[in-house]
Order: sequence, then structure tokens, then C-alpha cells
Amino acid sequence: MMTSLLKLDNVNTHIGQYHILQGVHFEAKEGEVSVLLGRNGAGKTTTLKTIIGLTPASGGSVTFLNQDITKKATYDIANLGIGYVPEDQGIFGDLTVEENIKVAMRKETDESKEKLEYVLNLFPDLKKFWKKAGGNLSGGQKQMLAMSRAFVNDSRLLLIDEPSKGLAPIVIEKVMEAIVEMKKQTTIVLVEQNFIMASKIGDSFTLIDDGKTVRNGAMKELIEDDELKHKYLGIG
Amino acid sequence: MDLIISLVINGLATGMLIFLLASGLTLIFGLMHVLNFAHGGLFVWGAYAGVFSYAYSGSFIVGIIVAILTGLVFGFITEKLIITPVYGNLVQQILITLGFMLVLQEMIKVVFGPNVVAVKVPELLAGSWQLGDIIIIKYRIFIIFFGFIIFGLLHYMLTRTKIGLIVRAGVMNSDMVQALGINIKRIFLVVFMTGSALAALAGMLFAPYSGAIYAELGMEFAIMAFIVVVIGGMGSFQGSLFAAILVGLAGSFMAYYVPYLSLAVNMIIMVVVLIFRPQGLFTTAKG
Repeated sequence: MMTSLLKLDNVNTHIGQYHILQGVHFEAKEGEVSVLLGRNGAGKTTTLKTIIGLTPASGGSVTFLNQDITKKATYDIANLGIGYVPEDQGIFGDLTVEENIKVAMRKETDESKEKLEYVLNLFPDLKKFWKKAGGNLSGGQKQMLAMSRAFVNDSRLLLIDEPSKGLAPIVIEKVMEAIVEMKKQTTIVLVEQNFIMASKIGDSFTLIDDGKTVRNGAMKELIEDDELKHKYLGIG
Repeated sequence: MDLIISLVINGLATGMLIFLLASGLTLIFGLMHVLNFAHGGLFVWGAYAGVFSYAYSGSFIVGIIVAILTGLVFGFITEKLIITPVYGNLVQQILITLGFMLVLQEMIKVVFGPNVVAVKVPELLAGSWQLGDIIIIKYRIFIIFFGFIIFGLLHYMLTRTKIGLIVRAGVMNSDMVQALGINIKRIFLVVFMTGSALAALAGMLFAPYSGAIYAELGMEFAIMAFIVVVIGGMGSFQGSLFAAILVGLAGSFMAYYVPYLSLAVNMIIMVVVLIFRPQGLFTTAKG
């Protein structure tokens, strides 16, 4: 049986006066791709931000590697081995591709250099535009850079927010292949609106609606449950 | 032609002093989104601490070192006690830093006395060179060179070192920097202390340039530095250099040709820039 790497238990998050998450719970098992699904505004992005500490939880608990990280600072959480790829990719536009990667690399060890080599082989475009400003890359290239930046450290867990958003179908294919490849080395929690993509690469799912978890399970169950898909995702 | 060269030298020297003050201010605003009106207070504290150490020791270099140390210590205290409680609230920042500016100003009078203090140019840098009909004042050339050296050092630090990369990244997206495992608050403190040290250094260099210092000097220069930051673009280090030189040169030429407009020229440039390019001449692109 796979061990649980990340666990959210009845997580509540307030942003200002708004109560965004009102009871999210799910587990990410080691080596799996766990997909968070739900309508726009359901609380998927806030869930990722709560895990990484950018919008800290006001209630409940977040546990990573059996350690309570609910109240930890964002940089401490990242240093425990959690990489984060935000919805807008968070590229430093004035810095080159090389500089974006350098900021992310905490230590320049043989291991991190090997990881860098690995991602550059995965995304050859980054090598090609190594000295180009991050802000001048295409949407797909920015996504690749953001994923590389999160992966280049010793990340046990990657949080990826809507990697297919705004990308052409051919680029989505590439990003999907990369996620499948990265899964061999790390655990992934993915927020994705594109159900076709999510169902192809996800091992498990968590359905979030109005800030609450309404269903967890194996991705196969969701694929077969047309009623659930129709009710919460508006498809099927 | 002789006159123009003299005016250019005057303008560049003034511009470099404003740049030293504005560069810290722009980095502090760009990275921390903090409007620090107390920055002028650090300028004047640097001037007084440096000048009194210079008078006591007889060494101008000792004066510069003491001014920088004063800036670092006051920067540390200001960030920890005044700025940290008001992160993210611009109105509170303006009120508390303006208040602290007045406290710093009045403390000068308590510690060093209320009178204007006369300052001499160090012997080595005193006097002038005569090139044909042009008289070049040595201390002004020193300030211009010193300013460019500081610019070069800061430019190297920002573009060639890891901490510089982090600062530039932080100006663009501080949340993302934290999500990459970097303690941005520690970076904030380093930047704040560096900016404060630059302000204090500017104060020390300004003292022999003007020949006299007084407690209210800080506010006058801080306003000039804010104008430069707005013209150059909030958070843009290169923008500050360009705008400081522009303001320095404009002030120098206007003071000679249209003296009654010399005080207004900075405001006029700022208004024109704000109308046509509200984000400033050099801006930091978002990712």
C-alpha cells in the first residue's frame, strides 16, 4: 500500500472577510498524481495556496511527511520539499531563463545539476532560450520553465495549478507528457479544469465544491460516474 | 561651451547625490512596497554622524565609514520597529514613517544641537582644476566618480550575485520567491539596511558639497528622491540613475537660465512623465 505524503484534514481558509475553504480534506499518496477538480471558484487554487502557506489555513490541519505544516512559513514549507507552480506560472519576467532557474536552485550540488540536466532534456526549448528574458517566452514555454523551477530542487511533492490553461492543444500534449515523466520521480497534486487531461494522468481525484470536499476516490471511479461528473463538473 | 561643461558637472554631481538617496528608496519600494518617508532622516543622520566623526578624527574616510554604519544601524532599527508592523498598509506606512522622520529630525537637534554646522571639503579634494577657461571643482568630480562606482557595485550585486537575483525576483513577485524556499523577510531587511546606508552615505557626501548641514535637510532631499523614483519608475534601479541625472542636469541648467523656474522644474518633469508614462520611464515587467 502506498504511503500518504500529504494530508489535509478539515482545512478552513479565510481570505480577508471571506470564508473560502470550509472543510477540505484529501490525501496525496506517494508516487501518485492526485487531481483537484471542481467548478471555477470552488476553492482549488486556494487549496494549493493553503498547502504552500501563501493563504494559511484558519482551521484544520495540513500534514506533510507526518509533520504538521499548517502554521509554517511558505519558505519553510518549500524547503521541506514542496515545489509550487502557480496558475499564472509566476515567472520573473525581467530575468532570463537561466536566472529564473538559478533563483530556484537552493544548492548547486551534483544532484541538482543532474536534475537540471533532466528537465532541460524534458524541455529542450528552455535550453534554446537559456539567455532569453522569461517575460518574452510563449505561454507554453513559461509553463515549462515554471515546472522546471519547481522540480529542480529536491521536491518530494509538486503542486501544479492548471498547467493547461490558455495553451494550444499541441502544447498541452507536451505538458501532459512532462507531468507523466515527472511522476516517475515525484508526487504531484494537480489542479486541472481540462477533464480529459486530468483523467488521463490522474490516479486519484478530489472533488471540491463551494470550498468543501464532496468526494474523493480513484480516478477510474469518477470516469465511470456520469452523474457525479454532470453534477459537479457540468460534463458527461 | 565652458559654461555648459560647468553646468553639466554641477548637474551630474547633484544628480549622483540624489541617486544615492533614491536608489535605496526605489529598491525598498519595489521589493517591499513600503513608502518610507523616514529615508530623508537617515540622510541627515548620516551627514551629522559622518561630519562629527570627520571633525573628531580628522579623517574623511572615517567620516564615510561612520555614516555608512549609522545608516546600517538606523536601517535595522527602522525596519524592525517602524516598518514591520505596517507591512501591506500604505496609509499607515506614510503616517508612521512621516512621524519617524520628524522624530529623527528633532533627535538631531537634541544630540548635535540646533545650529547649522559648517563643513569643509577635505584637503585632498579641495580646490579646483583650471582647463582653459573652465574651472572644475575637484569635489564635484569626486562625487560623480564615487556615484558611478557605487552604481557599478550595486549593478554588479544586482545582476551577478545570487542575492541580487533574489532581490530582482522579489521586486517582480515576492510570493513566488518565498514559494521557492527563500525567506523574503530576511532579504527585506538586507535591502532596507543597504538602502539606509546609501542614504546616510549620500548625506555625508552632500555635507562638504553644500558646506553646511542642518536638521531639516533630510525632508528637502527626500522629496527630491521621491520625485526621482516616480520619474524613473518605482522599483527600477537604472531608472533612478537616469532620473536623478535628468533632475540634476535640469536643476543646474534652469538655475542658470531660468532661475525662477529652477525649483519647479523637477515637479514639471514628474507631471509630464506621469501624464505620458504613469508607470515611470523604466519599469519592472511582471512575469
